[in-house]
Amino acid sequence: MKITGRVWKFGHDVDTDAIIPARYMNTFDPAEMARHCMEDADPAFASKVQKGDIIVAGKNFGCGSSREHAPIAIKAAGVSCVVAQSFARIFYRNSFNIGLPIFESPAAAEAVQEGDVLEIDATSGLITNLTRNEKYQATPFPEFMQQLIAAGGLMNYVAERVKKVGV
Amino acid sequence: MGMTISEKILADHAGLAQVSPGQLIIARVDVVMGNDITAPVAIKEFEKLGLDRVFNPEAIVLVPDHFTPNKDIKSAELAKTVREFAKKHKITNYFEVGRMGIEHCLLPEAGLALPGDLIIGADSHTVTYGALGAFATGVGSTDMAAAMATGEVWFKVPETIKFIYHGKLQPWVGGKDLILHTIGDIGVDGARYMAMEFTGEAIDSLPMDGRFTMANMAIEAGGKAGMFIPDEAVLEYVQERAKRPYRLYKSDPDAVYARVVEYDVSNLEPQVALPHSPENARPVSQVGNITIDQVIIGSCTNGRIQDLREAAQVLQGKSVHPDVRLIIIPGTQSIYLQAVHEGLVETFIKAGAVVSTPTCGPCLGGYMGILAKGERAVSTTNRNFVGRMGHPESEVYLTGPAVAAASAVTGKISAPQEVVG
Repeated sequence: MKITGRVWKFGHDVDTDAIIPARYMNTFDPAEMARHCMEDADPAFASKVQKGDIIVAGKNFGCGSSREHAPIAIKAAGVSCVVAQSFARIFYRNSFNIGLPIFESPAAAEAVQEGDVLEIDATSGLITNLTRNEKYQATPFPEFMQQLIAAGGLMNYVAERVKKVGV
Repeated sequence: MGMTISEKILADHAGLAQVSPGQLIIARVDVVMGNDITAPVAIKEFEKLGLDRVFNPEAIVLVPDHFTPNKDIKSAELAKTVREFAKKHKITNYFEVGRMGIEHCLLPEAGLALPGDLIIGADSHTVTYGALGAFATGVGSTDMAAAMATGEVWFKVPETIKFIYHGKLQPWVGGKDLILHTIGDIGVDGARYMAMEFTGEAIDSLPMDGRFTMANMAIEAGGKAGMFIPDEAVLEYVQERAKRPYRLYKSDPDAVYARVVEYDVSNLEPQVALPHSPENARPVSQVGNITIDQVIIGSCTNGRIQDLREAAQVLQGKSVHPDVRLIIIPGTQSIYLQAVHEGLVETFIKAGAVVSTPTCGPCLGGYMGILAKGERAVSTTNRNFVGRMGHPESEVYLTGPAVAAASAVTGKISAPQEVVG
């Protein structure tokens, strides 16, 4: 699968309160959360972002709370994937579980600028910067996580397992 | 090869003799926890599976605490979803308003989190139970849903950083100061994906409430767990609370650590983390003249009885500064009742503070103390991110309860000695 999109660039340690402030978490309606996506990092983000756009950020993206609302808001805002130097662990798991593609690539996080257009091969993790004509390699996913992807996410994997062995 | 306490707990719950960092395992969990914000999302995912039962109703704990007592209609709907799910699946560890508490104060107090347990909670501060020698970590709602169905969770075995705190703490210095100092040193991603293990002379003499505070904020350094080796203090804490067997693990002498960090904390001052990151920690004497509008004393970090005692010691016979709102939130109903019995609540009210029912409320900018544009708060909570407690242009300064109480009296960030001498 290939992902192509225009880049919005953010810095280090973008926390989940910046991605979706808790004041909007009295609901988990994705469309409502999309309207406030990244609000405390860039109040205009939700009105600027286009379907397919890509977020590129520094280290520790998604640090802070366990709220799955954060990757849900990003996905619902139309963002196709997030590339970062590194991810906070709960955000990493959550993104996986809800089907938001994420790629860890320090090289891309360093070189890519806002407005660049990237093409990402989701299987190999090869990131091509079409604007700058550069290539970066994302860290491959562990084998077990590839099985999860192949199964169509954690809940599909669990549904299979429950059918097979019961609970 | 020796194992750390974290590796031993994970190995035993995965049915393995040995695990090592980086290994992916599937492990059985003892407790699955969720709250009024995260559980509704998990319930929606769980219901897609079409199962008529959860793996074990007794192992699931549901605590509506973030926006309860319900702050608005939408929050009321979330709380209702959790209540109805608990009823349908006969989940007895559901805690209604009036019997509840902030989840991470409540679970240890109720004997639901025990030494040696493997616990997941759909809340990042689930790491708190590491103070008991349990491996406890935060997950998202979908992981919670999967665990409610199967009782199993996949984990990557983390590396461990060992912290050794040498020396004896000064008066008014406690767990909050130790952990803020540590995060200030290693940064908000200093322990990313790793277990933190807290040891040393200063830890041996740290009371349980201070240990809960430290474990609680392991996540603020990116940690997957904040571990303490259970000792006499833990045994004393759990003995009368536990209603099922538990197991005390300790790290082997030849366990392998990613690194060992040592601090001499004999002269450590009370710490303050400046906006907008917990890693902006510095000694209170170096903060300068910062006037404030609000003080919060409470939360899963510092809402326990010893925190309230410390605040009352500072506030005894004093008045809250005319320009300051002081909001005090006991962590659970029994902490609240204890504070009433000990006369702490009377001290607070006479000083001019508000005392609230247990709730996470203001910590995450929910309600019960939201900041307006340009306002500043001193707070004993755990995060001071942009917009965390209200308007994106408000500010939160993180401290322990003694500095918070002293600051409420003077109207600016102050060391406790400035108020009590």
